[in-house]
Amino acid sequence: MIAEVLHGVRRTRPGKPEAGWGDWLETWHIDLWLLLLLLAVIAVGIFVQYSASGHSVDAIWSQVQRVGLGLVVMVVIAQAPPDAYRAAAPWLYFLTLGLLGLVMLLGDQAKGAQRWLDLGIIRFQPSELMKLAMPMTVAAFLHHRRLPPSLLTILIALIVIGIPALLVMEQPDLGTALLIIAAGGFALFFSGLQWRWIFGALAGIAALAPVLWERLHDYQRNRILTLLNPESDPLGTGYHIAQSKIAIGSGGLFGKGWLNGTQAHLDFLPEAHTDFIFAVFTEEMGLFGFLLLLMLYLAVVGRCLWIALRAQDTFQRLLAGSLALVFFIYVFINIGMVIGLLPVVGVPLPLVSYGGTSAVSLLASFGMLMSIHTHRKLLAN
Amino acid sequence: MWIATRKRRRPALKNVQDEKNAFLRRAAIATLFIVVCSLVLVARMIKLQVVEHEQLSTRADENRMRVVPVAPVRGLIYDRNGAVLAQNKPAFVLEVTPELNPDLDALLARLDDIVELTEADIARFKERVRKTPRYRGVPLRSNLSMEEVARYEVNRHDFRGVEVSAGLTRNYPLGASAAHVIGYVGGITEDELAKAADDRQYQGLSQIGKIGVERSQEDPLRGASGAKIIEANAYGRPLRELDYQRGYPGRNLLLSIDAKVQLVAEQALGDLNGAIVALDPRNGEIIALVSKPGYEPHLFVEGIDNKTYKALLADPKRPLFNRALQGMYPPGSTIKPAMAIAGLEYGVVDPSHTEYCSGGMSLPGSSRRYRCHKRNGHGAMNMLLGVMKSCDVYFYQLGLSLGVDRIHASMTGFGLGHATGIDLPLEKNGLYPSREWKQRARKENWYPGETLNIAIGQGYTLTTPMQLAQMTARIAMRGGGYEPHVLRATEDAITKVRTLIAPKTLAPIELKDNRNWQTVIEAMEETTHSPGGTAYRIGKDAPYRIGSKTGTAQVASMRQDEKEARSLEETPPHLRDHALFIAFAPVDDPQIAIAVLAEHAGHGGAAASPIARQVMDQYLLGEVRYTPVTAATAPEAVPTADETLEPDPEE
Repeated sequence: MIAEVLHGVRRTRPGKPEAGWGDWLETWHIDLWLLLLLLAVIAVGIFVQYSASGHSVDAIWSQVQRVGLGLVVMVVIAQAPPDAYRAAAPWLYFLTLGLLGLVMLLGDQAKGAQRWLDLGIIRFQPSELMKLAMPMTVAAFLHHRRLPPSLLTILIALIVIGIPALLVMEQPDLGTALLIIAAGGFALFFSGLQWRWIFGALAGIAALAPVLWERLHDYQRNRILTLLNPESDPLGTGYHIAQSKIAIGSGGLFGKGWLNGTQAHLDFLPEAHTDFIFAVFTEEMGLFGFLLLLMLYLAVVGRCLWIALRAQDTFQRLLAGSLALVFFIYVFINIGMVIGLLPVVGVPLPLVSYGGTSAVSLLASFGMLMSIHTHRKLLAN
Repeated sequence: MWIATRKRRRPALKNVQDEKNAFLRRAAIATLFIVVCSLVLVARMIKLQVVEHEQLSTRADENRMRVVPVAPVRGLIYDRNGAVLAQNKPAFVLEVTPELNPDLDALLARLDDIVELTEADIARFKERVRKTPRYRGVPLRSNLSMEEVARYEVNRHDFRGVEVSAGLTRNYPLGASAAHVIGYVGGITEDELAKAADDRQYQGLSQIGKIGVERSQEDPLRGASGAKIIEANAYGRPLRELDYQRGYPGRNLLLSIDAKVQLVAEQALGDLNGAIVALDPRNGEIIALVSKPGYEPHLFVEGIDNKTYKALLADPKRPLFNRALQGMYPPGSTIKPAMAIAGLEYGVVDPSHTEYCSGGMSLPGSSRRYRCHKRNGHGAMNMLLGVMKSCDVYFYQLGLSLGVDRIHASMTGFGLGHATGIDLPLEKNGLYPSREWKQRARKENWYPGETLNIAIGQGYTLTTPMQLAQMTARIAMRGGGYEPHVLRATEDAITKVRTLIAPKTLAPIELKDNRNWQTVIEAMEETTHSPGGTAYRIGKDAPYRIGSKTGTAQVASMRQDEKEARSLEETPPHLRDHALFIAFAPVDDPQIAIAVLAEHAGHGGAAASPIARQVMDQYLLGEVRYTPVTAATAPEAVPTADETLEPDPEE
């Protein structure tokens, strides 16, 4: 049915002024396919939130407000044409870099890390903004360069990526730093970065691993060690992972049923409504629930890649491709961490975990994708 | 940097189609990457949710489910007529879990406003805290009043790890009178848990039988713990009950003790310290078992504090000492009937054999004089008179003829010098000396004079009142006998189905000539019923026939140069002789055999036999008809001729 609707939208696109909500969506630069998929993920998130928060309507209401704000931001962003974003990218980049510098100097401490900036009216994390600014900037930069990129282009791009990544890493927020690097790196990847550089970089990271290990904080090293042997200390650092595996495993094929997860409701599961909400979901919904959610996420990613393929210039392509992959990486890192494949890093499950900043910045990136998809020029350059 | 890039804009435009194609290839690779990563996630999820599902489900259940044991109700203890000897009474107990209260002193100070706490309560509590695992609740106060419970309930939110539990507490209606038989329960110590065959048996229980029947029958009394399976959250707070497994109450015990006889026996001893054991010779059932002084068992049930406990231990009267089973005394003349049987059996005497008693005798080649208790001598003594008047010289001669080996064999045959095997804890063996024993223990040879001493139950000989009662029963049964026991039957608390405990038959004492039993039993009967018999005072008006023997156990030996024994009044109490008495009745159809020991009470006939008579009256007649003649009870009663005719220093 959705496909029919979509088909209809596409057919009506070439200028037939027919009164209908397909028209209305086009006027507002909204991609229906993407919107419906996102709403589906958000709906799943709200149901899980209700269970994870212990049937708290307040928590749901608060989540609905945050997501609503995110959707508004998404629609607003979708109104401007991609060229505007390309022009704004360097300014946004340097602004965000400045904010990151401010955080270093006078940011708020929360949970031992300096991430927040209090602007009087709102507190927010400039690193979240950088997740958006980074792919835009790299894509905008590469837009003007001959591709595949030359060595100089690559080096400049690496500097552009490296400076904010280092600042965020110092906060310390390794997870976000890696996501920022990924966002820029994916843009570079889509620009046709030569394989020799890719493999060379991977080999370099592998060679430097011991040095990087030394640079890690103790708790970060612990998380990696715990990943390798989670049962070694089930009440200490391995507790989160052990409990989330118990939650997921006890869910089985069909799950214990919505609101019936014992691990979450009896407080065995830590961070149940934020980073570990995937465990709550799969405990109650089982393997089939997981497959459904994964399908939804993959459909979102697929739609984003589709938008990237149909994009009309290099900036749009690279930005859309990078945003699509970053979104997937979000999903992969969060799920991988909850099921014990990856170390515990503070990455929420996109649009499902409780939390405002991440939902708003994610939806903003989808706004950009919609902008790319809906502001089409008759003559592609 | 940025300006430099603008200059190069033009060449970048050239390869639009190439760039598009390159992007397409990269998008395909990205898609592949996404698919591979997704498959990794799916594979891992299948491993967790399908392969390891069962194992992880179990762990989830283990996480949330707590098994809370439910203590079984301890079995009741009844006497032979159905009177309750031990029961469970409802009581509110204030319990504190030390693990949840790191600062116990502060807690106790706060609790003092809610419930009344004595110093003894606090001292006892602190002591038990040290001995109990930290996660277990430790009783602080028992028997809370309803007001105290109400005050606690109002303030309970201030007291974490403090609970008022409506539990059952053990209660002993006879109190101190039967404490030495019934025993008591008390808090389980870590030691006891470690020693228990299966410490899961004690899940939910806080008390264990410490002594007496409560200890020896701990297993049937305890019952089986039930269990509540509750769901708890990560902090251990119970949320709801998922399952309830019923336990099973402990079995009720039906003892052979007769509570009325027990009380009469306890009262008959009066202020004297001592022991009484009465049993049914026809089956070995203990009718009464008294050790005085007794102690209040409830002190221990509630948990005794150190001060009180030390005071009990230090009491010179030794109230915690079970004289009936642990007390070892020389049996004195009470072994003379058994000695007489041994003499007849080995053929060293016949009933008409006569010895002349001149008040004492000496062994050839020795100047040491072995006295008879009657200074001026009994004159010519045959077996009947020897037993009846308890002539020492007759039995010195008999002992000499038998020799130490045959005496040892015969007396141990009657059960002296080793535990009877009664189903109560802590029974002592005592000692019946022999050549081998002396060689082993003292590294010395046996001297002939010692044979004389053991022939009248003195010297090294040590027996318990329990053994004397058993010896009496075996004479009464003409060699037959049963292992003494207090447990007659156990009863299922729910179905009320009873399991009888069959008495254990002992190998009979076989004599070459069974008429010898008759000879000695007649002599014991004459002791009670013939004027001049040492127990005539209780036999002369008895409505049933009694076979008996008096005895006196020396505490301080008499010096060789003393001509006359000191009178009872002249002797300091702690040096006075122990009074002993054994008896059975009725002679033709023995239903009760009894041994009485009264410490430092003087002569057996005067001090111990009236006690035995009262006990036998109560058991055989259902009431006490005999009133002992004492200065206090009968100031006006003029002593009868018979009474005054009693041989004065009886033995």
